[in-house]
Amino acid sequence: MKLNQLTLTQAMAGVKKKKFSGKEIFEACLAEIEVKNKDLNAYLTINSEKSYKSHNKPFYGLPLAIKDNYCINEVETTASSAVLTGFKPPYDATVIAKLRQSGFSFLGKTNMDAWAHGSSTETSDFGPTRNPRNLAHAPGGSSGGSAAAVAADLCVAALGSETGGSIRQPAAWCGCVGFRPSYGRASRYGVAAMASSTDTPGFLTKTVADVALITPCICGLDPLDATSSPEVFPNLINQMKKDLKGKKIGFLYLDIKGMEKTRAYYERVWQDLEKLGAKVEKVKARDPREAIGVYTVVQRSEVSSNLGRYDGIRYGQGREKFGAEAKRRIMLGTFLLSQGYADKYYWQAQKVRTLFMQDFERLFTQYDALVSPVSPTLAKKLGCSEESAMFGELEDIFVEPSAICGLPSASVPCYHDKKSNLYLGLNIMAPMHQEEIVMQVASAYEAGTNWNHWAVVERGDHEI
Amino acid sequence: MKFSAEFVQQIADLAKLTIDEAQAKDLALGFEESMAVVEELSQVPTQGLEPTYQVNNLVNVWREDVVNKKQMFTQKQALANAKNTYRGYLVVERIIDHET
Repeated sequence: MKLNQLTLTQAMAGVKKKKFSGKEIFEACLAEIEVKNKDLNAYLTINSEKSYKSHNKPFYGLPLAIKDNYCINEVETTASSAVLTGFKPPYDATVIAKLRQSGFSFLGKTNMDAWAHGSSTETSDFGPTRNPRNLAHAPGGSSGGSAAAVAADLCVAALGSETGGSIRQPAAWCGCVGFRPSYGRASRYGVAAMASSTDTPGFLTKTVADVALITPCICGLDPLDATSSPEVFPNLINQMKKDLKGKKIGFLYLDIKGMEKTRAYYERVWQDLEKLGAKVEKVKARDPREAIGVYTVVQRSEVSSNLGRYDGIRYGQGREKFGAEAKRRIMLGTFLLSQGYADKYYWQAQKVRTLFMQDFERLFTQYDALVSPVSPTLAKKLGCSEESAMFGELEDIFVEPSAICGLPSASVPCYHDKKSNLYLGLNIMAPMHQEEIVMQVASAYEAGTNWNHWAVVERGDHEI
Repeated sequence: MKFSAEFVQQIADLAKLTIDEAQAKDLALGFEESMAVVEELSQVPTQGLEPTYQVNNLVNVWREDVVNKKQMFTQKQALANAKNTYRGYLVVERIIDHET
């Protein structure tokens, strides 16, 4: 096994036992990037070996991929938009500073939909990323570069961010694990803002245990982000490898139109969850199509406000450099917030958002956790985002309801299509601030099935 | 909802974006498609409901009004990414006496 193929858990254990060093893993990843990135376009910026930081901090300089919307001091940060070409921020995002303190190194910046506007990584101004499982397909998005970097073993783990489904959907399409903690757990300071009321940093990793190791590193109250949460972050490691006995799980969205092709695979997930001891019931939730409406209004409105700051004066290029999708979103938001329309659309959407909050509250009085498909389909072919002006939202139909409510949730591989080599993902959701429940279900499911190939190798290979 | 090319152009002006006629047509179609989904929300009864614009229950987060020196850039850092500077200042476009 090559060192770039290690999970974070394996890498930690091996470095601790001095079988190899963090620097050797860093170099193995750089070598693999050299070979594969030409085809994948997962990384936009690649750091040199010089950026490996050798120290004895907890994570030994292990190498991460960083989505390009996070500011790293003196490293070009574009959010995949030509507007920010050449921009080198003079500071680190809080999340980046925390990862440095934990002792991680950064391999480079990964491609994304420009400004995180999309679910395919095709709206990047620097070309699309290809899905490493099948190069004719899109990786999903917006954290598509990060998902591809993990799936192709071009890093140990990758930082992503989610607003509507931008961690879970690419994780599903690329066959890796994605986790977004609750809104406010990790600071948004130094992240190119998209929709501030839902933007959430999180990770794409090889296994659920990797999520449990790395997520606490970025969480915690940050005085530089007034929406960051003072609540104590739960212990996630303790949730690994428990069974699901006595857990009640609600299964959502199986009967929604568009699920015909993949429904059978999710019914198998249902059976597997029951075998692991959970009591699973199909449950009716608020129509997720309404969440698309809410998300569209909230996201476009916040985008028009947030992207107003790009004036080309203090940094970056002029507004003429905005791509088609960014223009479309800024302008729809400008319209939605304008005099006379804001009451009709913006405030109505925020009230329907309240109904979704209430609906999840009701569901969580009956169930410990909720699960659903992440995406109705396997990864679509490159070019898919041209289907519709609402492509991103339609793809994210099952993840947007929990996103607009800020709930902690994960995507774990739950089916592998041998013919296309593509994956489906299981969306696991828990109440606000109860990340440990997501981890318990995700870990038990991963341990009880064979869909995650890294986890399978790890199980068969206790002594690396 | 219908978007005329003229209305789309007006929105572009408000957003300080420049678009050509072909883009205006394309954007109008996209807006119509998006608004069809948004307008479905008007069917949802929401009387008496408060809007949700903050999801983790934080209310009025304050801080002391003191300078955090760690957060300060030097003048050189602050200007490093600007395209147009003059003697340590940012140069901006003239906006008065400018016809729109």
